[in-house]
Amino acid sequence: MQVVVVLLIASVVVAAGFLVAFLWSARRGQYDDLDTPPVRMLYDDIKAGEKPVTPAPSPKSE
Amino acid sequence: MSVDRGREGLPFGVADAPGAIYVSIAPHSIVGAHDLVLHWPCMMATLEHTGSRVACFHCGLDCPELPETADGHAFCCAGCQAVYLILQDARLGTYYSRDESPGQRPTLGDKSRFAYLDSPEIVDSLLEYTDALRRRITLHIPAIHCASCVWLLENLHRLNPAILRSVTNLSTRRVTILYDRTQASIRVIVELLARIGYEPDIRLDSLGERTCRSTSWQLYAKIGVAGFAFANVMLFSLPEYLSKHGLGEGGISTTFRLASLILALPVLLYSAQDYFRSAWAGLKARRVNLDVPLALGIGSLFLRSAYDVLSGSGPGYFDSFTGLVFFLLAGRVFQQKSFEWLSFDRDYRAYFPLSCLRRERGCDLAVPITRLKPGDRIVVRHQELVPADAILISGQGRIDYSFITGEADLQDVESGVRVYAGGRQVGEAIELEVLREVSQSRLVSLWSSPAMVREAGAAVPTVADAAGRYFTLAVLLIAVATALFWYWADPSRMIWIVTSVLIVACPCALALSRPFALGTLVRIWGRQRLYVRGIEIADAMARIDDVVFDKTGTLTQAPQASVSFVGPAPSEYDKQLIGSLARHSTHPLSRQLSAVLESSRLLPVSEFKDVAGQGVSGVVDGHTVHLGNRDWAWFGEGDDGMSKSDRNSQVVYVGFDCRPRGFYLLGAVYRERLEDTISRLRRDYRVSVLTGDNARDAERLKATLGEGVSIAYEQSPHNKLDHVAALQTEGRNVMMVGDGLNDAGALHVATVGIAVTEDTSAFSPSSDGILDATRLPLLPQFLGTARRVRRVVYASFAVSLLYNVVGLSFAVTGHLSPLVSAILMPVSSVSVVLFASLGARLAARREKSA
Repeated sequence: MQVVVVLLIASVVVAAGFLVAFLWSARRGQYDDLDTPPVRMLYDDIKAGEKPVTPAPSPKSE
Repeated sequence: MSVDRGREGLPFGVADAPGAIYVSIAPHSIVGAHDLVLHWPCMMATLEHTGSRVACFHCGLDCPELPETADGHAFCCAGCQAVYLILQDARLGTYYSRDESPGQRPTLGDKSRFAYLDSPEIVDSLLEYTDALRRRITLHIPAIHCASCVWLLENLHRLNPAILRSVTNLSTRRVTILYDRTQASIRVIVELLARIGYEPDIRLDSLGERTCRSTSWQLYAKIGVAGFAFANVMLFSLPEYLSKHGLGEGGISTTFRLASLILALPVLLYSAQDYFRSAWAGLKARRVNLDVPLALGIGSLFLRSAYDVLSGSGPGYFDSFTGLVFFLLAGRVFQQKSFEWLSFDRDYRAYFPLSCLRRERGCDLAVPITRLKPGDRIVVRHQELVPADAILISGQGRIDYSFITGEADLQDVESGVRVYAGGRQVGEAIELEVLREVSQSRLVSLWSSPAMVREAGAAVPTVADAAGRYFTLAVLLIAVATALFWYWADPSRMIWIVTSVLIVACPCALALSRPFALGTLVRIWGRQRLYVRGIEIADAMARIDDVVFDKTGTLTQAPQASVSFVGPAPSEYDKQLIGSLARHSTHPLSRQLSAVLESSRLLPVSEFKDVAGQGVSGVVDGHTVHLGNRDWAWFGEGDDGMSKSDRNSQVVYVGFDCRPRGFYLLGAVYRERLEDTISRLRRDYRVSVLTGDNARDAERLKATLGEGVSIAYEQSPHNKLDHVAALQTEGRNVMMVGDGLNDAGALHVATVGIAVTEDTSAFSPSSDGILDATRLPLLPQFLGTARRVRRVVYASFAVSLLYNVVGLSFAVTGHLSPLVSAILMPVSSVSVVLFASLGARLAARREKSA
């Protein structure tokens, strides 16, 4: 049964790893702005200046 | 959020026309970041003209008949066209690819208005970081509202390579810019932003303001620690509950228990520390708040568990303990819904600009207004604020005091007459001599009056605090009674049972019901565009029994917004004719008219006639133009087609060449559905109106508001403050609804002060809540919802008390095992959270349909 202690330590170490990751991300400001990143990624595919994207002058659509 | 249908005036206007739809976002539209996501489907609609109306490709406003064009797109003004060309040159056309007309019309203005940014003193106060090569600055840009804004502002480096990196924050509407200090200066960057329509808002009070990020990340860290401990302790406790006889006294069991104890320590010392602090602060101030029984419960839970584990008598309640702290902290996060892009604490310093023009030996220099001294000569141009009390030296002063005194009419000021700080000059540039420093001006004196200094900590007692007092008392009584009983029955079990009572009486569910019910309400209000400072305001709204309104700007619309022409729409040329004539008249209505038609080119006027009480006439460019009342400019023609509601506003009739042309409706136009709003409010509340304006339109106001609404005229800002304070000493809970600096005092002392604003990014005085002016008719509904939600809070108090009673019945009889506690605690917390938030939602829906 003593092997359970090893498992216990292992599980806590893994969980603590996640905790540290969480604290690190909170500290680095990951939770400061929850609105901009989901919007920012909309433009990820378009690199500025690669192509002058301008919608056609008058796209008539019904 | 729904899409408002309507042609004008609404932030989102969707005009239906056969074959084409366009969606426009007016500049300064009030869009919360959360609204955006829901709006994309409608933004897929194609921007095109509907009949004669063409929306500007850049900003979405209506274009004139002969719009500026570029690449086949139409623009409302040269400014928008210029921005488009700048962006095309920098190959930033992507800006227009996602959101239709995302742009802002650039504010035209003299470049020298940014000259103050060359002053090292101001630069120093703005900089966040600086080294030999680079500097970093964060600017507040109210115009930020959509994905396109974010994209453009993060590609600033394409417009100016000296900008190394820029990061936009949509929720706070701020941009952080890192730039090469050898290549650019703050002024260059601000000028660039202004040129593309994103002029930063640099105010006196934002200087030296640092965002307090540390507190929010600390809260997340506390939750993280509590959650980590909660999950692991549960894992360790499970074998204990599952095996019939426990794990025995062997090594494994002790290891698990000790591990739980170690994991619970940081929860006690770090995650839960705020509750102990708050309870201690409450006790020191001789106030028993809800945190006292909470701290008592948490503390005894931990100590008892530690004793159990260390003495080997049981597994302890560490799972309940860590779970409890975790849930409590989650409630705290939920109630902290904040509208970050708004600021509720603005005083006069936010209203004034940073700098003004000082005239020294014939040349004008921008200086920070804090450096103005009596005797300085300053120049104030059209639409600029007078920064300090001063005497007019030269020029024709026409000062708009509506924001600081509530007077609706422009004041004519001749040279040698005193002008007060906060007034806005309309017309030509004037030269003034400063009389007093900015901090000594008459306007600022309101802030130094003793009533404005509400001492910290003297917050209004909330329902929870009252509940906390009775609750603590009851808990202590029960604990003492139980102790006495068991001392007599079985002294060896006394301590064990008394700690059980304290544990189970911990008002965890009670503490959760308020944040979740009121937090839900604050979110619902936010979607309806009432933004309140925090959940305690939602609480206070339920206790209101007296509603006091300001008139100018609150019940009425801002003067510029209220001018409309009835009759065949005047062409640009017609407007020039009317504007040129109106310019010559001194009548307040002509003033307002000429202020609106100002952009037109002025034509010379001959044969000018001004007949008192009738109107004015003159020959402009060969046409005889009449402006005045019906007798003067309607020439005895028949029906003027004025609707019933129009008769509430002031009218200027227009005649061309002795034929009626139509009429302008202007002056105080009351907000939509005002009569209905007031009559609904009057059912449950006492309503009164305080206005700084004169009694000129007393009859109309009375007719609109109905009988029983007391109206006081010519109230100074100090009068308003005193009036509200007097009502409060009568024991009434007052809600003040106002808009301007003249209401600042009353807003501050009132139980709840709501600032009404047409543009949430513009200045609004310090208040507890900010209401979008178009939503004023919802005010009775907001108050009604607050009352309903208070009942929900009471009901969930009752539910959580029920859990406490059930738990107590286990505890006093000595049957509170760790397993019972581990089941009871999460069940009660989760059910109360669900009850409170669903109840608040339901209450809001009920009130809406009522």
